[in-house]
Amino acid sequence: MAYKNFILVCGGTGCESAKADEIYKNLLREAEAQGVKGDVQVVKTGCFGFCEKGPIVKVLPSESFYVEVKPEDAKEIISEQVVKGREVKRLLYKKDAKSADNVKVEDIEFYQKQFRIVLRNCGVINPENIDEYIARDGYAALEKAIFQMKPEDVIAELKTSGLRGRGGAGFPTWRKWEFSRVPQADQKYVVCNADEGDPGAYMDRSTIEGDPHSVIEAMTICGYTIGATKGYVYIRAEYPLAIDRLKIAIAQAREYGLLGKNILGSGVDFDLEIRLGAGAFVCGEETALLQSVEGKRGMPVPRPPFPAVKGLWGKPTVINNVETWANIPVILTKGGAWFAKIGTETSKGTKVFAVTGKINNSGLVEVPMGTTLREIIYDIGGGIKGGKKFKGAQTGGPSGGIITADYLDTPIDYESLTALGSMMGSGGLIVMDEDDCMVNISKFYMEFCCDESCGKCAPCRVGTNQMHALLEKITDGKGTRDDLDKLRKIGQAMKKAALCGLGQTAPNPTLSTMKYFEKEYLEHIDERKCAAGKCKKLVVFEIDAAKCIGCGLCARRCPVPCITGEKKQPHVIDKMKCIKCGECYNACKFGAVVKK
Amino acid sequence: MAKMTLEQLRKLREDKKQDLTRREVEGKEIQVIVGMGTCGIAAGAKQTFDEIVKAVDEYGLGKDVIIRQTGCMGLCYVEPTVEVVMPGMPTVIYGKMTSEVAKDLVRKHLVEKKLLENHIFDRPAADIMKK
Repeated sequence: MAYKNFILVCGGTGCESAKADEIYKNLLREAEAQGVKGDVQVVKTGCFGFCEKGPIVKVLPSESFYVEVKPEDAKEIISEQVVKGREVKRLLYKKDAKSADNVKVEDIEFYQKQFRIVLRNCGVINPENIDEYIARDGYAALEKAIFQMKPEDVIAELKTSGLRGRGGAGFPTWRKWEFSRVPQADQKYVVCNADEGDPGAYMDRSTIEGDPHSVIEAMTICGYTIGATKGYVYIRAEYPLAIDRLKIAIAQAREYGLLGKNILGSGVDFDLEIRLGAGAFVCGEETALLQSVEGKRGMPVPRPPFPAVKGLWGKPTVINNVETWANIPVILTKGGAWFAKIGTETSKGTKVFAVTGKINNSGLVEVPMGTTLREIIYDIGGGIKGGKKFKGAQTGGPSGGIITADYLDTPIDYESLTALGSMMGSGGLIVMDEDDCMVNISKFYMEFCCDESCGKCAPCRVGTNQMHALLEKITDGKGTRDDLDKLRKIGQAMKKAALCGLGQTAPNPTLSTMKYFEKEYLEHIDERKCAAGKCKKLVVFEIDAAKCIGCGLCARRCPVPCITGEKKQPHVIDKMKCIKCGECYNACKFGAVVKK
Repeated sequence: MAKMTLEQLRKLREDKKQDLTRREVEGKEIQVIVGMGTCGIAAGAKQTFDEIVKAVDEYGLGKDVIIRQTGCMGLCYVEPTVEVVMPGMPTVIYGKMTSEVAKDLVRKHLVEKKLLENHIFDRPAADIMKK
């Protein structure tokens, strides 16, 4: 049977929640109903990355790139494209609503500057079909490692590649492996950290959803290299789709003899188990994660000894992040030298970012290290929503910091981000514009850390609480300049004294916003003012009598209600009753409602 | 499928690669375009298409050739029509390309790089969309 057309439907969580599954089912049904079932193969793939315009449907070989597809559109796609060979013009991606020109996939700016190693199979193959992974050189790296390389060779190749941990800290991967390979032990373990917890981050989820076999293959290679026969994937229970796909993939790999005893007849044994995390942020920290795998309460333990030497049940354990794993098969098939050509002096390869916030094209983006933030935000991301002004970008989630407009042209790598007081982190990138209040944002992150602190060590348990209280004081308009010093002091103490990464990095968002946006903090303290209008207790809404035409729209929208006035006469807000929801501000068409 | 040996894995990879390369577009320089308007389909363009796909695989050309369908090319009197675009060769529209001659077309034009006599009907009109 020869297919003439291939329809790829995005099956990432984002598109799935926008009814991609219904689209997929409708396409299958329509193909059958219109008698072209044998002509078209409908495939559900992993995330295309262009989440802003989802659900995405791509048709090959005509390369039609359809965006914002609805389940009802399935009929037309089949009847037009498969039966008649014509594109469905109205669904094609267009640069903006006005332009009539349709854009081909390779011309969409979103993909222009991307280089996809980790996401090589996302949006290309069906993640639930091992054959498609194998066809794209899947398990070729495993084959090469087991049959042609000694464990030392694998580590040498990783060393040449310069791959560093993608979980955030950037520790050289080969060293971790070497630490675990050398000691003799009756059992060793391989662990995948898929406990992605940063707000706004979904790189790891998408990688597992779109290409689960790449993680399985890499972990098996590691098992062979360090002499481990058992592996665990620790994944949070909130990722049901990723878990399902991973389960299917593990079952398929076992059936093919790519997992289990005597892999490919080589005598190498390795098998995987999934462990579900209950969603505690601290379990993303490796020592806490290992405790949780063991069935204990997820609390960090002091390092050293590092897990590579003494990890799961006291045995040498290599623990890497999903994205790190996904890089490894490519490094072995294409060679470490090939990989080392990509990126900067100290940071090799690519990095996947989940770009969210006030940006036009939010989505999943993979760029070579050394790409600038400007390229990610303006070229790939299509700039700030509503043409507003860029204020800052948060990387590294609650552990990272803010990068301001002055540093937009810094090439992104581990060192440059650390130098700016932020960090690479796992890859969340939240874009903020002029309407975001930096004090409020730092309060949000501190609240997150405060909730997620496991409570084992005092610097983190008490520190996050105190810092949060001080930030709240400032956003309530009761702060003093003293509070800023206190914040700095507590922050520094936490950095030095906290037991694990969570507490050590929790002050980062606050310290970094204080460094770059001190003026904003002072404005909140000295003038009791929040320019962005986000700190509700500091905002006052007023109606400019000169501009108000008395249409009454604001009064109708006000939920309290606290706006009064005669028709065609200027209206007035009762400030005592006002709850500062901002509805009137958004409703007014004449700019008569002002925030002060 | 039972557990595989190394050889079986390699064979499976080769087999599946062919299936998957048919989806890909990048790096392929040869295009075979089958006219699938109503007239083409009525004249058997679907069978022609299948034969071309089969022949391209047989000659191991899967990685170089894009096979796609398009609407009516206007030569309804000699359907099915097939356009072949290939570097180093003139772009030709072949007519009367029934499934029986489809394989000859692939062998002659794509493999031997010669034109298939008796079936050449036209060259495409200048594309006004190209500058």
